[in-house]
Amino acid sequence: MQTVKMVVTGPFNAGKTEFIQSVSEINVVSTERKISSEVERVKETTTVAMDFGRITVDQDLVLYLFGTPGQKRFDFMWEILSEGMLGFIVMVDSTRPETFREARSILETFRAYAPTPYVVAANKQDLADAWELEDIRLALRLSPKVKLLPCVANRKETVKTVLLELLYSILAEMEAG
Amino acid sequence: MALKGNLRDFTITQLLNLINLARKTGTLIIEGPTETARVAFREGTLCYAQHGQEDSSLASILYRGSKISQSQYRILKERAAQMTDKELGLLLINAGYLTQEDILSSLKNYSIDVVRRLFTWVEGFFRFEPDPSFPGDGKITVKVDLENLIIEGSRQLREWEQLQEEIPSLEMALKFTDRPGTDLKNINLSIEEWRVVSYVNPRNTLSQIARTVKMNDLEIRRVVYGLLQAGLVEIIRPGGAPVSTPSRSFPTQNKEEQKSLVNRLISRIRSI
Repeated sequence: MQTVKMVVTGPFNAGKTEFIQSVSEINVVSTERKISSEVERVKETTTVAMDFGRITVDQDLVLYLFGTPGQKRFDFMWEILSEGMLGFIVMVDSTRPETFREARSILETFRAYAPTPYVVAANKQDLADAWELEDIRLALRLSPKVKLLPCVANRKETVKTVLLELLYSILAEMEAG
Repeated sequence: MALKGNLRDFTITQLLNLINLARKTGTLIIEGPTETARVAFREGTLCYAQHGQEDSSLASILYRGSKISQSQYRILKERAAQMTDKELGLLLINAGYLTQEDILSSLKNYSIDVVRRLFTWVEGFFRFEPDPSFPGDGKITVKVDLENLIIEGSRQLREWEQLQEEIPSLEMALKFTDRPGTDLKNINLSIEEWRVVSYVNPRNTLSQIARTVKMNDLEIRRVVYGLLQAGLVEIIRPGGAPVSTPSRSFPTQNKEEQKSLVNRLISRIRSI
């Protein structure tokens, strides 16, 4: 059995766990804990080590999706999770501009770990106060070449589009190389 | 227990705060990656500071503070080389060249400047020696309350944390952005910014540029952040290396099999 992996990263509460849950064929193996910090109490639990989802491609090939913990104090896990990834997805909550700086920092950190292709998923685009994609692009200082994709993490179709765009980028880089 | 440790765990600002609150007397010795600084305190106030091998003689400090001219400085270095700072200070005051206030303010400013420079040190070891013998009898000590320096240091620490978030790795490189309308000649850059700009090249990592232009981690991040904000440069991987998936990420090393694998992934995800 061959296995490959992709990493889903982004700030706290960006929607990484939900993203993986939308396409994983197993219940996401999630290492979540109740949130103790009042500041971060915008949801009940958060990922402290990793999320783990699986998509079986065929008898010989399985794709694993790893979600990183979003809180900065667990960033020691990031490099471990990024080892051997095909590519990565940076999720950003389109309605929380206060997390954009952190998203940019996470993106730069992962870019430094490995030269793998990546895409940025602007989550919660269905909400009224979501920022426009082009505004997010400027705020994250993404070059026009970087794919910034609208996403709603609990809608399978948008999650599939994000994963496919990352795979297209991987394929394009392989063909260019 | 000895007051010693690593700057990564205990910042300069925290050390100053501790010395201030405990009204400590002694010398704080900080060993950075390239230099060692010594800062003396008397009952929680700053009284003297010395940075590496920098000439911290009174004559040199007065010259740098523009209290004496270059020729006066040269003469003092030649004729008063054997005098202690205290003897030289008295001589200058008695001869009517300078006032006591001139000398003390220059020494205060110098010591403050040394401590300010220490705020940019994030790597290194420190130890506090409760020995009041430094800087020695011949040196003139001053008395600087630490509160303002602590506030300034805290501000700088926040800046450092923000800059580290913006530019987490110094092992990345810079390239000029593709903006045909931008003409560097029409942009007002500081000397530090020009120095960095002259080394912007996909082959040079930020840490290499910092070493070349003799900037520490904070200084290079500060300059690069300004250039990024102005949209002049962008961060790229060193060598302009194209984005690629390392072969080890695939279970096979054969390129065609790798492509086939990605195509199988694409087909599977389409079918979900």
